[in-house]
Amino acid sequence: MDAILAQLLNGLDKGGAYALIALGLTLVFGTLGVVNFAHGALFMLGAFCAVTIRLLLSMETVTIDPEKLSPWGTPLEVRTPLAQQWFGDWGSVMLDYSVPLAILLAVPIMLILGIVMERGLIKHFYKRPHAEQILVTFGLAIVLQEIVKAFFGPNPIPQPVPTDFRGAADVGAWFGLQAGAVTYPVWRLVYLLFSVGILAAVFAFLRFTTFGMVVRAGMADRETVGILGINIDRRFTIMFGLAAVVAGVAGVMYTPLLPPNYHLGMDFLVLSFVVVVVGGMGSLPGAVAAGFLLGIVQSFASMTEIKSLLPGIDQIIIYLIAVIILLVRPRGLLGRSGVMET
Amino acid sequence: MDILVLPRKDLIVFICFAVVVLAMPIWLTPFGAAYPGLMQKFVIFALFAVGYNILFGLTGYLSFGHAAFLGVGSYTAVWSFKLLTMDVLPALVLAVVLSGIFSLAIGYVSLRRSGIYFSILTLAFAQMCYNLAYSVLTPITNGETSLQLSRLDARVVDAAFGVVRGERLPSPSLFGVELGGHAGFYLCAVVLLVAFFVAQKVFNSPFGMMLKAIKSNQTRMSYTGFNTRPYALAAFVISGMYAGLAGGLLAVTDPLAGAERMQWTASGEVVLMTILGGVGTLIGPVIGAWLIKYLENIFSAFNDAMLHRTFSFLPDGLQDGVVAVASKFVGEGWHLTLGLVFMLVVIFLPGGIMEGARRIRMAFGQRSGSAPQTKPDPVPAE
Repeated sequence: MDAILAQLLNGLDKGGAYALIALGLTLVFGTLGVVNFAHGALFMLGAFCAVTIRLLLSMETVTIDPEKLSPWGTPLEVRTPLAQQWFGDWGSVMLDYSVPLAILLAVPIMLILGIVMERGLIKHFYKRPHAEQILVTFGLAIVLQEIVKAFFGPNPIPQPVPTDFRGAADVGAWFGLQAGAVTYPVWRLVYLLFSVGILAAVFAFLRFTTFGMVVRAGMADRETVGILGINIDRRFTIMFGLAAVVAGVAGVMYTPLLPPNYHLGMDFLVLSFVVVVVGGMGSLPGAVAAGFLLGIVQSFASMTEIKSLLPGIDQIIIYLIAVIILLVRPRGLLGRSGVMET
Repeated sequence: MDILVLPRKDLIVFICFAVVVLAMPIWLTPFGAAYPGLMQKFVIFALFAVGYNILFGLTGYLSFGHAAFLGVGSYTAVWSFKLLTMDVLPALVLAVVLSGIFSLAIGYVSLRRSGIYFSILTLAFAQMCYNLAYSVLTPITNGETSLQLSRLDARVVDAAFGVVRGERLPSPSLFGVELGGHAGFYLCAVVLLVAFFVAQKVFNSPFGMMLKAIKSNQTRMSYTGFNTRPYALAAFVISGMYAGLAGGLLAVTDPLAGAERMQWTASGEVVLMTILGGVGTLIGPVIGAWLIKYLENIFSAFNDAMLHRTFSFLPDGLQDGVVAVASKFVGEGWHLTLGLVFMLVVIFLPGGIMEGARRIRMAFGQRSGSAPQTKPDPVPAE
C-alpha cells in the first residue's frame, strides 16, 4: 500500500508535465491541423525564463570597503544584489521566489513568441503535407535550442526551490498511514497542484467562455464557422499563443525538479508526442488522461520489483504502450472517430 | 544478365557518378577535404541517404527511426570483428542481414499506420533501441563507453586460420589487405556504387513504380486491387538494410560502436540530408549528405581567430561586431546554421537542391529534352 501510494505520487508530477505539454500539442493539432515538433522547445524556453529571471535578480554591485580587510588581507568586497538595493527586504524574498516569479515574465513572452511563430511560420504550412510541417518545426526546434545553448551554455543550470517549499511532506499521514511511511517533496506536490490548476483553467476557458465556444466550434467544423462570419484564424492564432504559454509555465515550474539545459525540450517532446498519440490526436481530455496515465505507468515500471522481473522495462514502457495502443486502437484512448485514424 | 542492364540515360548517370565518387581524392583537394577520414564519411552517409530515400522519397513514409538500423549495423560489424574475424566481408554481410531482420520486425508493426502515426511509431521504436542499448543491453552494447575491439577477443575464424595475435590492436582487412586510409575509402566507394546501382534499378523497376503509386495515392492504389503493405514493407526493409550497411562501414572505418549513433537526432540528420538534396531523386540525397558533412567539417572547425582573418578587410569596430555575430554560427554553433538552412530549404525549396537546379535550368530556358521529375507530389501517404 505504501509503495503503491508512493509510486502513484511519483508518477503524478511527471504526468502533470506530460499532460501540460501534450495538451498544447493536441490543441495546436486540433485547431490548426499542424504537427508542431517545436512544442518541446517552447517548454524549454519557459524553463529558461526562470533561469533568466534568476540571473537578473542575482546581479550584484561590488563595492570595496576601505575600512575592513578580508582574511586574506585584501580590501573586503561588499556584494549587494541589485534586487536588495532597490527593493530592500523584498529583494531577497524575490530572489528566493525567483521560480514562481518567472511565471510573470514567461506568460507575456511565451504568448508573444507563440503568436509570432504562428503568424510568421506556421500560417504558411496549414495546407502543406504533415511531413513538411514536421520537418519545418523540427528545424525551428533545432534553431531555438541552439540559440539557448549559445546564450546559456550546454550545461544544466540548477534552480532552487523557494525556502518555504523545501523538504518533504508526509503524505502517508494524510491518508491515515503510518507517519513517515510515504514522504514526498513539497515542490513536486506544488507542481502537481499547479498542473491540475492550469489544466482546469484551460478547460474552463474553452468550456465556459464565448471565445472558447467559438474555438471548439472551429475545431469541429472550421469551414462553417468561417461562413458564419467569424475570423476563426485569428482565434486559432491566439490558441497557439495559449498553448505556448501553457508549455512555457510548465517549463518554468519544472526547473527546480530538473535543472534545465538546452535539449530539455527534445527529451520531453518525444514523450509528449507519444502521450498525444496514446490519448488520441486532437482530443484534449485524451491528452490529459494519457499524460497522467503514462507518468504513473512509468513510475511503477521503475520499481525495483518490476525491474528485476523485466529488466529494462522502465526505459521502454512508454514506447511499448504507444505501440500497442496504436496497433489495437489507432484513434487513441479518447480520440474522435475519423480523426487521423489510418 | 538482364538484371545488370540499365537504360541508356541511367547508364550515363551511373558512369558519371562512378567517376565523381572514385575521383574524390582529386577533386576534393582544392576544397581541403581530401583526407580519407572525411571522404569515408562522405561516402558512408551518402549510402545511408540513398537508402533512406528509397523509403521516404518513393513511398512518402517519413521514418524518424532509421538511425536504429545504422546502430544495429555498427554493433553487428564490431561483434563480427570481435568474435569471428577481422575480415570485413562477413562483418558487412552480417550487418546487412541483422539490420534487415530488425527493419522487417519494426516495419511490419509500424507500417500498419501511415502519416504522422508512422513517424511516431518509428520514433518510438528507435528510442526503445537507444534506451535499451544504454541500459539493459550493456553486456552487448557496452553502454556509454561504446563497444570497441580488444586485443584479447576470440576471433574464432582468424584463430582457425592460424592468424597470430599481434602486439597491437588488429585493424579491419579485406582478404588480408589492411584497410587503412585510402584503401578504406575505396572499399566504401565501391560499396556505394553497388548500392547506387541497386537504387537505380529499384527506381526503374515496376516495383519502384508501385512505391511511387503508394506515395501519390495509396487509397486509389488499393482500390485497383493492390495490397500496398508488402510493397511498403519491402521498401522499408531495403532502406533498413542500406542503413545497416552504412553502419557496418562506419564500424569498418573505425571499429567502434556507440549508442549515440541510434539517437533520434541521428535519424533527423539523414532526413535532413535527403530533404536538402532533393527527396525522390537519385542524386539529391548524395549531394545533401556531402554538403552537410562538408559544411559540418568546415564550420565546426572555425574559431574566432579564423573569423578575424576572414573579415580582416572590414574596419576594426565593424570587424569585431561581425565576428561576434558570425561566431555564434560556427564551431559549437554549427547546429544553429544547420537548423536555419534546413528551415529555409523546407520553407522555400521543398524539393531541395535538385529542385533548385531544375528551376534555374527552367529560368534559363535550356530545357534539355525531358526535365527530370523532381517536384515531390503534394499528396502525402495517409
